[in-house]
Order: sequence, then structure tokens, then C-alpha cells
Amino acid sequence: MTSIESQVLQPYKYGFTTDIEAEVVPPGLSEDVIRLISMKKGEPDWMLDWRLKAYRNWTKMTEPKWSNVKYGPIDYQAISYYAAPKQRPKVESLDQVDPKLLETFEKLGIPIAEQKRLAGVAVDAVFDSVSVATTFREELAKHGVIFCPISEAIREHPDLVREYLGSVVPVNDNFFAALNSAVFTDGSFAYIPKGVRCPLELSTYFRINAQATGQFERTLIVAEAGSYVSYLEGCSAPSRDENQLHAAVVELVALDNAQIKYSTIQNWYPGDEEGKGGIYNFVTKRGACRGKNSKISWTQVETGSAITWKYPGCILQGDGSIGEFYSVAVTNNRQQADTGTKMIHMGKNTKSTIVSKGISAGHGQNTYRGLVKILKGAEGARNYSQCDSMLIGDQCGAHTFPYIDVRNSSAIMEHEASTSKIGEDQIFYCKQRGLSAEDAVSMIVNGFCKEVFKELPMEFAVEAQNLLGISLEGSVG
Amino acid sequence: MTPPTTDHRPQTTVPLLEIRDLHATVEGNEILKGVDLTVRTGEVHAIMGPNGSGKSTLAQLLAGHPAYSVTSGSVRFDGKDLFELDPEERAREGLFLAFQYPVAIRGITNSYFLRSAVNAMRKHKGLPELDPLDFLQVLEDKLKAIGWDDSFMNRAVNEGFSGGEKKRNEILQLAVLEPRLAILDETDSGLDIDALKTVAAAVNALRSKERSFVVVTHYQRLLNYIVPDFVHVLAEGRIVRSGGKELALTLEEKGYAGVGA
Repeated sequence: MTSIESQVLQPYKYGFTTDIEAEVVPPGLSEDVIRLISMKKGEPDWMLDWRLKAYRNWTKMTEPKWSNVKYGPIDYQAISYYAAPKQRPKVESLDQVDPKLLETFEKLGIPIAEQKRLAGVAVDAVFDSVSVATTFREELAKHGVIFCPISEAIREHPDLVREYLGSVVPVNDNFFAALNSAVFTDGSFAYIPKGVRCPLELSTYFRINAQATGQFERTLIVAEAGSYVSYLEGCSAPSRDENQLHAAVVELVALDNAQIKYSTIQNWYPGDEEGKGGIYNFVTKRGACRGKNSKISWTQVETGSAITWKYPGCILQGDGSIGEFYSVAVTNNRQQADTGTKMIHMGKNTKSTIVSKGISAGHGQNTYRGLVKILKGAEGARNYSQCDSMLIGDQCGAHTFPYIDVRNSSAIMEHEASTSKIGEDQIFYCKQRGLSAEDAVSMIVNGFCKEVFKELPMEFAVEAQNLLGISLEGSVG
Repeated sequence: MTPPTTDHRPQTTVPLLEIRDLHATVEGNEILKGVDLTVRTGEVHAIMGPNGSGKSTLAQLLAGHPAYSVTSGSVRFDGKDLFELDPEERAREGLFLAFQYPVAIRGITNSYFLRSAVNAMRKHKGLPELDPLDFLQVLEDKLKAIGWDDSFMNRAVNEGFSGGEKKRNEILQLAVLEPRLAILDETDSGLDIDALKTVAAAVNALRSKERSFVVVTHYQRLLNYIVPDFVHVLAEGRIVRSGGKELALTLEEKGYAGVGA
């Protein structure tokens, strides 16, 4: 199996840094640092108060240790909590953006200009912590859609932000969410008005660039009654020798009959073969299906980071609301992933679907952890869960922790799980038909992930294909 | 071990496959104990033998299955040392194995799998790859030529296929990949008589002056439909008897013991 392993364990291709001067606040966290961040961003008082409240909560909390991942202690005072590219232009068009920045996006395969012209994708590009380019704003504005950096939304749309920020993930929700609430520097805000089908896929590319700068993104998406939005989040980070903490918070709110489709490709630096230098990705993502018949779908392809620790979940409050979670998580070398979802059924006739595919290679450890909770009032709730694990080589591990908590006897629960190994016989069969071992593994892995990939928007499916070295065409058709 | 001395012969008689004193082991047990076999272009050879005689070992070894180790002897395929080639290179050079137990690949359609295989072969030959539409045309022609419909092209490779469907699928791949040497490993096992006839008819349609077959089978039955030019009896890792197609009938009558196997 060594040849199979070696070709799966390919070096990270996006390891480069861009030479842009960054304005970095000295390491350490205190109320003064938070005041400085808030001031630099020109925030109103209520926002500063909110941050300080989060910070005071955080100081009383301890870092959770229950996950099935291992990492050294994090020194929160050694992290710099704010970095902004020094040259921060007010951008009306892409021409005004630092060409070096655009070059970085090109290297990452994110041709903004190209997307603007061809794909019809509005990109709110986050470079380190400050958003520098927003496209298609005008087109979106015609439909009343707001899509902007959250720092701008705090200034321009304070009522909306105040109403929804922290309403799904409260400031004291967990250790990392509290930290994020205290120090987040930017992220995206999207608001889809009543009855509007967002005409473009909203897309944000996150990128960690300045060394030893923790990245604390904050995303808030609100879909008013009867609206629809598809949001794409794609990530890549340059090579680093020291671990970088990433603790993002994403909140989604769907009102009556609204639908939010949230897709992620996460390809942060996973560390070298020994696991040195990779990103710690400790994220809180949660959606509230507040309205009746609302729907939130999370689709994620997680291939990067030294450690991935996240559980995009849905709170199914509205009667007849639907939550979905489709996930592919790949761990190789020394990567560790503890990921899954939480589906909390509160409303009547709520439905949830979970499809999780874990792939482990090298010394990778892959854990699925999922909670399905049916509350007392959730008459007629249904859940379907499917957790499949694939092992490549004999040094890796797959673990499954499904938690099921049912308080209403009318619930219908289904759970399927499988573990398979890429077999010598499968590889040999493909080789006998002229395919290389590399193509054979790609094909087998791709087939394994098909149910998740088909949930991705087309352009993202292509990225997923590139990431896993997989040719998708046939499985889609 | 006799080195091959074929250089003086006319080009057309250079053997496509030449096995000399082949010894092979699996997990330390010697299974092949000196096999000699020469297959020329356009010939159909049947290899028969009792269970455990080494028939399937020979078939899989020729295709390059990693479980088998060659301890001595040589195999030349179209003049090249076969053991110098990786399994995928052997396939691209035109050696095809119809598996006794075809493997399932979840989530990948038959048509995608086949197109990938065809394109791997074409790339090897320096030909442009076929796009899905071109390939569909090729596929339709092949299906028509062997008298089958395209009902299972959009199903995942061998997943949930019946025994008969799996064997038919192997023959369809043979038809599309157009190998120079096709090795059929117990293609008749698990087939009822109607399925056997269908598969045999397809194989017969694929016989040509440019293509050779090695048909590995336990029963004479298949050879009523795929009539070989030569029959060999493999027993305890050696070919103990060789003859024409009538040898198969003798075997049917007298059993393997009756021919000294």
C-alpha cells in the first residue's frame, strides 16, 4: 500500500506568503487590546460593550478538552489579535486594489476579475482580517441584498447586526466562540430581504497571511421570509512553522420558508509530514431555522488544517423546518479531525439529514461526532444519519461518536455506518484496465464522496475535485 | 531453461505470449512449478485443470497481481519481458484479464470507468483522449456489435450486479478496450446456460486474426461455445497435456485423472 499512501500524502501546494506590509498589534489580549481593535475599526459603543462582555466571559472559561484530538498548550498571550494590510484602500473597483494582493488571489486560483466577468460570483475577499475588495455589490443592491464586510455592516446597518449578532451563538456559548466575540476583526455579513432569491452565489475567500496572527472571522447571514441564498466559503493558507489558531464563528438565521445553503472548502495548511506548523481550526458554526418550513444546508469539504474541530449544526425551531449536513473530511500525515454536526429538533415535523464521509491516510485520525436531539415538543421529527469511513494504509484511524437523545416517542431515527479500506484488489482491478495507482485511488475516493460532492455548487465541486485530486465528471453524470 | 530462439522465424510467427519454465509462489507456497506455453497472434488456447492446479494463479500472475511472486522462469509478451512492466503498463500494451471475481467501485459509473480506461490506453498510444460524447459513440457501436443494450452503463461499477451481469461487464470491457491478448479467468463460473451462451457469443464476435485468447476454465462446457485451437491441461503447477479441441472432450469423458492429471 505504500505507493498509494505516498501519492495521497502530497505536499501542500499553496505554501507561499505575500510580501505586503501588515500593521500588527503587539501580542497579548486585554481589555485595552479590545478597545484598540474596536477603535481601529471605528465601531459604535454598543459593539465595544458587546466585545468586552464576551471577553469578561472568556476570562472565566477554560479551554475545552473533550475532543478526540491532541495538541500542545496554546499561549493566548503570544497571539497578535489584529493585523491589517497597511495600505488599506477604499475600493470602488478592483483597479484600486494592491496588485500584489490580486496576484496572491491569482496564485490561489481565485481570479476575482475572472469571476466578476465570467462566473457571476460576488467575492468579498478577506485578506488577513480586513476586507479589501467587494464585487457585484451594485448588482446585489438592486435586489436589496446586503453583502459586505461585517465591520462595515456594524457601521452601516447597526440595527440588523444588533438584532442578530450573537442570537444563534451567544457570547458565552463556548470558550472559542467567546474569544472570537471579543476579538473578531472581520468577516462577512449577508442579508437577503423578504421573498428575494439572491441572484448570485455569495462567496468569501479567507486567507491567513501575517505570521502568528490568529484569525477570528465572524460571519452572519440572515435570510428573511421566503428568501434563498447560497454562500460559498473557501480557504487556503500559506506554509508556516508555528501553529496558527483559527477560531471563527458563523451564524445563520432562516425565517419562514427561507433557505440557506452554506458550502465550505477548507484547505488550510495542514503542517508538514510530522504535523509541524499546521493551522488549528476551532470553529463554531450554527444555523437557526427560526421560521416554519425553513431550511439550512451545510456542505463541507475539509482537507486542510493540522486540527479541525467543528460541528456545523442546525436548531430546528420552526415547524416543518429542515437541517442538512453533508461532509467530507480528509486527514493524512499527522492531521486530526473531530467534526460532525448537531441537529436540535424543537418544532413539529422537523427533518434532518446527516451524510458524513471520513477519509484517513498516513497517521491521520478522523473522528465523526454528531448529536441528534429530539425535544419533547418535536412531534413527528425525523432524522437520517449516514457515517462512512475510509482508511488508506494501516497507520491511520477512524472513530465515530453518534449521540442520540430522543424525548418524543413519535420520532423516526435512522443511522447507518460503514468502515472500508481501499483494497489491493480494487487498485489492481483499476490498474488492469490501464489506470495508474494515483488515478485509481482518486477514482475510488471520489466515488466514496459522491453523495457529498453532488450537494456542492458546480464551481465548488471543481475545487473539491482539485483538492482531492479527483476527477468528478463521470460521477456527476 | 531454454532461451527463446525465435529471431530467425518470420515476423508473423513471433509468439505474442511466451512462457518458459515459470515458477511462482503465493505466501511462500509454490503454485506454478515450471509452466511452458506459447500463444501466437490469433490463436485461442484453453487451459483446463482441476481445482487448485494453478489456473487462476497463472491468469492473475500474467496480469501482475501483487500477491504472486515469480521465483524463476520468464514470460515475454510481444517480445518484451513481461515482468519489467507494471500491471497498468501490461494493460496499456494490450494484455487484458477478465476477472473471475470483478471488483465493485462505489459511486463511479460504468461508463465513466470505461472511458477513463480507454483514455489511459489512448494516452499510452499517443492518441487524443475521448470526450464523453465521442466515447458514447464508441460505446454504442461496441454494444451494438456484441448485441447488448446500454442498460447498466449508468450503474456503479459492478455494484449490486448479479454474477451474470459482472461477467458480461468484463466482456464488454474487453470489447471496448480491444486488447491483443485476452485472458478469461473462469468466465463461465456462476453462469446459467443462457448467460453462458450470451457471453460466449460476445467473445466469439471479438475473435479475430489480430487477437489471442487464453481461456481458463474448469469445465468443458464453455468450450462447446468458445471453440479453442489448443487445449492444455494444467495439474499441480505444470502443463501435463496439450492437444487440439478434442482433448477437452476426452477430459469431459474420462475426467482429469483419466488424462494423467
